[in-house]
Amino acid sequence: MSFLTDPLLMSIAAPLAVALAIGLGLPKRWSVRLAYAGFGVPLLCALHVWWHFGKLPRESGYVFLRDYSTGLDNLGIGLKLGVNGIAMPLFVLAGLVGFAAGLYAIRSGAERLKIYLMLLLVMQAGLMGIFASVDVFFLYFFHELALIPTFIMVGVWGGRDRTYAAMTMTIYLTLGAMLSLIGLIAIYVKSGAHSFDLIALRSALDAQPLGALAQRHLFGLLLFGFGILVSLWPFHSWAPLGYGAAPSSAAMLHAGVLKKFGLYGLIQVALPLLPDGAPAWSHSLAVLAVFGNVVVIGLVTMAQKDLKQMIGFSSVMHMGYAFLGLAAGSAFGIGGVVFFMVAHGLSVALLFLLATCVHHRTQTFAMDEMGGLAQKAPVLAAFFTAAVFASIGLPGFANFWGELAIFVALWHYSAALTVAAVTGVVISAVYGLRAAARVLFGEPTAAFLQVAARNPVEDLRWSERIPALVLLVALLFIGFFPRSIARPINLAVSAPSAAAAYAGR
Amino acid sequence: MDVSTLQHLAAGNTWGAIWPEMALGCLALALLALEIVLPRPAHRHIPTIAIAGQIAVLLALLLGFHGGYVGRESFNGLLRHSTAGQGMRVYFVVSSILVCLLARVSLAKQAMPRVEFYHIVLVVAAAMMLLAQSNHFIMLFVALETVTVGLYILVSYGRQSAPTLEAGFKYLVMGALSSALLLFGIVLLYGVAGNPALPGHSVSAFSYDGMAAFLAANPHNFLASVGIVLVLAGVAFKIGAFPFQIWIPDVYQGAPTPVTAFLAVASKAAGFAVLLGLFHRVFFPCAWLVVPVLSLMAAATIVFGNLAALTQHNVKRLIGLSGVSHAGFLLLGVVASASSALAVGAVYFYLLAYLLASFAVFGVMTHMAGADDSDQELEHYAGLAMDNPFLGAVLAVGLGSLAGIPPLAGFMGKFLVFVSAFQAHLYWLLAIAIGGVVVSIYYYFGWIRAAFFDAARPAGEGANRPERTPVGAAAGIALGALALASIVLGFYQGPLGRWLTW
Repeated sequence: MSFLTDPLLMSIAAPLAVALAIGLGLPKRWSVRLAYAGFGVPLLCALHVWWHFGKLPRESGYVFLRDYSTGLDNLGIGLKLGVNGIAMPLFVLAGLVGFAAGLYAIRSGAERLKIYLMLLLVMQAGLMGIFASVDVFFLYFFHELALIPTFIMVGVWGGRDRTYAAMTMTIYLTLGAMLSLIGLIAIYVKSGAHSFDLIALRSALDAQPLGALAQRHLFGLLLFGFGILVSLWPFHSWAPLGYGAAPSSAAMLHAGVLKKFGLYGLIQVALPLLPDGAPAWSHSLAVLAVFGNVVVIGLVTMAQKDLKQMIGFSSVMHMGYAFLGLAAGSAFGIGGVVFFMVAHGLSVALLFLLATCVHHRTQTFAMDEMGGLAQKAPVLAAFFTAAVFASIGLPGFANFWGELAIFVALWHYSAALTVAAVTGVVISAVYGLRAAARVLFGEPTAAFLQVAARNPVEDLRWSERIPALVLLVALLFIGFFPRSIARPINLAVSAPSAAAAYAGR
Repeated sequence: MDVSTLQHLAAGNTWGAIWPEMALGCLALALLALEIVLPRPAHRHIPTIAIAGQIAVLLALLLGFHGGYVGRESFNGLLRHSTAGQGMRVYFVVSSILVCLLARVSLAKQAMPRVEFYHIVLVVAAAMMLLAQSNHFIMLFVALETVTVGLYILVSYGRQSAPTLEAGFKYLVMGALSSALLLFGIVLLYGVAGNPALPGHSVSAFSYDGMAAFLAANPHNFLASVGIVLVLAGVAFKIGAFPFQIWIPDVYQGAPTPVTAFLAVASKAAGFAVLLGLFHRVFFPCAWLVVPVLSLMAAATIVFGNLAALTQHNVKRLIGLSGVSHAGFLLLGVVASASSALAVGAVYFYLLAYLLASFAVFGVMTHMAGADDSDQELEHYAGLAMDNPFLGAVLAVGLGSLAGIPPLAGFMGKFLVFVSAFQAHLYWLLAIAIGGVVVSIYYYFGWIRAAFFDAARPAGEGANRPERTPVGAAAGIALGALALASIVLGFYQGPLGRWLTW
């Protein structure tokens, strides 16, 4: 029973087991109780891994390495689990956001709650699996495992335009996933390593790198495949649409964690395996990210009148920063991106959570019909303001360090682009603060007063406070102790074997 | 001819080698006898007996999988037994068991004779087994005709229904045409291989080995090339590959649903078993011709199948055309098998995943259909997941697996085919296949959307869908097992994976 002591496998198996038990017809009361375990165990596993990461001996940068055979050993496919310094912070992120989203979902009173929780648990298992997999095949596999429930949750439990949104998301994301799958297969076949194991692939390609042209083509394929998944402009239109329609827990998990898969794939797979492919693309990537994601989408975000749409667009915009860090092509920039991914995951999940809390009280997402919520719900207002500050990147919150590192790295790459990118900070301050002002402060609008008269506005309940608190505490903790995740990231990106890959030559 | 010749011939007739086929044939005859012997009220047990008998054959096959005649020839070289052949035997028994299970549900809604249906299904399954193991062009043709004639009857089984008769007629005409093409191709090959003026001419040109030896000596002979193309055309009819797929939508729609499943799964798989056998054992010296022909066919099949399926509202037509696109993906694997060692295993895995997923979907379809079997529209599925979560879940797993979504078996099938295609450097075909997968998501998702996202229209507002059949115990177990197998095979292939990727 040695697998019971493997925290990585447990973090995947526990939610799946609970989902299975619910699916086999557990009564609702027990389903709900077990669901707490299904979301709690991954978080505990993640914290365990975090705690022990620095203390355990690392094997090619990984800890908790374990190999489980699934029958395709002849192809070099196997469930190989392990985390390195890049995967570990994201693994913890998945545990934290999953726990918060799960807690919120359990108490959300959604229709057909059992099936909703089941899908969410499958998604959670997939998310943990993504960051625990060393095998590239299973990396992809777990991504899809997490993605499919998203489509169903958007389609069934979604809000406005749910069917159209689910359809658009499915087709866009399938396209992105297929492109990246082909890229991964190409690396597998061309490397001659006969293995999907990332460590084996890396040593094979370090010993005998692919030709420069092949690297450039494959990197392009992966960049656009993964890029679609991360809403790289102009392939972003699924994101605000999907998030606008998605039920809040699904939006939290997708925008917070699952979307990071594309960036993670680029950092963990594409850059180290195809180091000569990146420079050829970095310039076009930087231009797309600055002018597309940051400036154009930033302006579009400012024009949004719908709160949830605005958060959706803002997450597209913030992904621009992440792409800029990648384009900067230095170990510092890459480390900044990983840091930023964690910070953004926490803050955007918090925003989606609070947006739904606002919606419960105002019965609308239209910001024109809100106002003055702070008078009636001061705790909600405090949380919301903090989340907006985090999202803008104020010091004290985790986002600040991520953005700072990215901008410093970008400065060394191109000063002009940095200037253009920094306008994004102003833009996000404008829309963030304006949203807070419209929703929370000022005089209540007539529409809001009508709603409030029909169902009295209460402050944040405990079932909403605890998930929000989990996320906010994590944001502040990392903001004040950036070393807690910067150290493992640093170990991974500045290791001698990795330095060449991330330095962009 | 003296007695010793007969003795020699008889020594080659190793009947024990074809015991599964014999057992199915005897069972088929026994069903007819039982109908005469048993009193009328006991007739309803006959389908159960048919299914139980087949399960016994299946178990015996699995127990003796590696034993007996594997790796040998029987009947003086008419048949050749291999592990792949054993695998296909299992495949066809499993298909016919499932077809019988579906038929129990489906035929109950029609006023039709029952016993003959099971009889013919068993005979066709036995003939498919022989087809997959044939080692001789005469054997190939005879087995193929047995399959096809049996299917002519099955397709037009619902004699009272006009669409069924139309389907039967179309299938008859198209099937006859394809048989004629195949036969003409065989005759050309035989004629040219028997020409003593050519090097390597063969006295036993009907046998695969004799033909292969001749083609190896004359890989660029014009008449032989025409013969090969005609044989491939004949096989392409069976698998529903472009440009020989035109019969599929109408025939699939008109045929009773269990027969559609039989056509879609077993008949297609038999075609691919034949194609793989012919390609690797006979036509390989002419790979210069076969590979481009099959590549073009694969590309066109994927494009046509997916684009044509996009606009369908009748689910039987939809699954028929999606089956065309699956034939394209499988052809991609066959093409890749010219240079990739993985490809043959990938094709077999794909076929298995396709069987599991298709029968899950067809199983749901038989429960959805009313008395008019050809009237199965997407709108009828509205609200299915709400009213019957079990059927909804089985449908979602089946369609997801057909669409190739992880963690389901269909994804592994596509993945293995794509890896082998990449190993064979078929980049353009891969690009087309990727496009095909993305397009296919749209129509599979449309079906799932109908079942899961659309609310059922209240009665009286044009929601005149047929009454759904409640799921019985046997069908429920079978559907649950199919869905479970689709899920498990998606991430754990175990010994099967080791065997196929050897």
